[in-house]
Amino acid sequence: MKIAVLSGKGGTGKTIVAASLAASLSESQYVDCDVEEPNGALFLNPEIIETTPVNVLVPKVDESRCDGCGACAKACRFNAIAVVKKKVLIFPEICHHCGACVIACPQNAISEVQREIGVVETDRNGRFLQGRLNIGEPITIPIIHKLKQSVREDKINIFDCSPGASCTVVQTIDGCDYCILVTEPTPFGMHDLKIAVSLVRKVGMPFGVVLNKAMAGDKTIQTYCKNEKIVVLMEIPFLREIAENYSKGILPVKMDKAWEGKFVRMFSSIVGGIEL
Amino acid sequence: MKQVVFISGKGGTGKSTVVASLSLLVKNKIIADCDVDAPNLHLLIKGERLHSDDYFGAELAVIDSTKCVSCGICRDICRFDAISEKIEIKPMKCEGCGACVLACPQAAISMIDLKIGETYVDQTQRGTFSHALLDIGADGSGKLVTEVKENLFAFLNGEDWALIDGSPGIGCSVIASITGADAVVAVCEPTRSGQSDLERVLGVARHFGIPAFVCINKYDLNLEITAEIKEFCEKNGIPLIGKIPFEPAIVKALQLLQTPVEAGIKNIVGEIENIWSRLQIQLGTVK
Ligand code: SF4
Ligand code: SF4
Repeated sequence: MKIAVLSGKGGTGKTIVAASLAASLSESQYVDCDVEEPNGALFLNPEIIETTPVNVLVPKVDESRCDGCGACAKACRFNAIAVVKKKVLIFPEICHHCGACVIACPQNAISEVQREIGVVETDRNGRFLQGRLNIGEPITIPIIHKLKQSVREDKINIFDCSPGASCTVVQTIDGCDYCILVTEPTPFGMHDLKIAVSLVRKVGMPFGVVLNKAMAGDKTIQTYCKNEKIVVLMEIPFLREIAENYSKGILPVKMDKAWEGKFVRMFSSIVGGIEL
Repeated sequence: MKQVVFISGKGGTGKSTVVASLSLLVKNKIIADCDVDAPNLHLLIKGERLHSDDYFGAELAVIDSTKCVSCGICRDICRFDAISEKIEIKPMKCEGCGACVLACPQAAISMIDLKIGETYVDQTQRGTFSHALLDIGADGSGKLVTEVKENLFAFLNGEDWALIDGSPGIGCSVIASITGADAVVAVCEPTRSGQSDLERVLGVARHFGIPAFVCINKYDLNLEITAEIKEFCEKNGIPLIGKIPFEPAIVKALQLLQTPVEAGIKNIVGEIENIWSRLQIQLGTVK
């Protein structure tokens, strides 16, 4: 079973929810798909035993064959190849690894070489998996794919998605069974929740909302969910104590056993509500 | 004109609040929101629409079924698993690379432009404001960010500053946000995760050779980590130009769509003013 945790906006507490849920379920695997800024490890303290590079294929030109015709540059839709004065310049960082230039080259002068853009790391007992993008690299999708290939199928996979609602999130939630949308009761949270809701509705995935930093007296998110017939799975109150523990890397489930029960119950209600 | 980009590693650190406040304090500037994935600044900065446009920043393969003979060559060469067994394009997977167009012996595939978002330029009392919204699930946020900045500069009219709310993360959209910037200000929170995010995003600024400055929001939430961040900045020669205290009144103000400036939260406004003067001193625009 696969559950994705997402939020339109960063900083709403997505990682708290994903990591707490994973920590509360004994048969779970936490998967950090926020490869630009992975944080789950700071809360779950896994013992990483294996680091695997994520490689992509980028073009390499055999200059003895290249006649500088420029067909590769014309074929590349990502401006990753330029031909200047009959010399081929390759910008590997912005290459999308599609191979179009290889097909286009009439001289068969282009081959492909491996290039590392990040890593995938796992712990000893398969409870933790994370991806990390190397600094200065723009493209994350190949790391997401690698993570999804590396999950333990025998466990409940909890995917901690990147913030936003772009293609990265779409790739992460593809093939999941359920989405948890984390939000907070501010106009920003509301605005970004609506974006996240349109995303999960567009891909047709069952979902529910967790309201973090809930404040007594503010019911805007609850009212919105009620009108939209969206289930509110849990409310985590806005407490300085939770915020302080969070700052130290301590999850609510670690400071108070009662939270563990709440996450387990939330999981049961999710399982009860979906058809697998 | 100097371009200052506010970044945060992760969203939700108070970056937009700082930018919106500065938009009321700094004179003679233009403003942009480069968080095209989940833009928020327009909620705090209202104005009159000068310009709005669909943005076509991606392409999609389409197969002409009258020409296709189902040989399957395109499916085999597509690296993104975007062509089904039945030789149909899966739009959510297609990267728009055009490899299939080159490979198809029947010339049955062509590429069409794909709208990936909308761009807006508003005239506000605080200055011209450029922003955008990426379509749900779309690819190409980096390109859309570049478009937001181009739109902004197209309306440049002798202003001294461009205040830019950057995007979260360290990938394509952040790189596009900070390209060409004179300075980046990283707004972070004193948490273990905030600290890790900060170090990574400062790494990106260093990688691209852009001068970086740090501002800690809610610094008193964890004084120990605040001290560690300060030490990290000193060690790496990155000026720490501000420490904003934890202030519940900010949340209340934001709920009314007000910045701390409009809500008159004096201690916060004072520190944001300090941040701006320290930045100007660092950039050498004032003595
Ligand atoms: S592999 Fe694709 S993206 Fe990379 S250089 Fe070749 S054509 Fe361009
Ligand atoms: S354009 Fe590229 S990604 Fe899209 S279907 Fe063709 S080969 Fe696949």
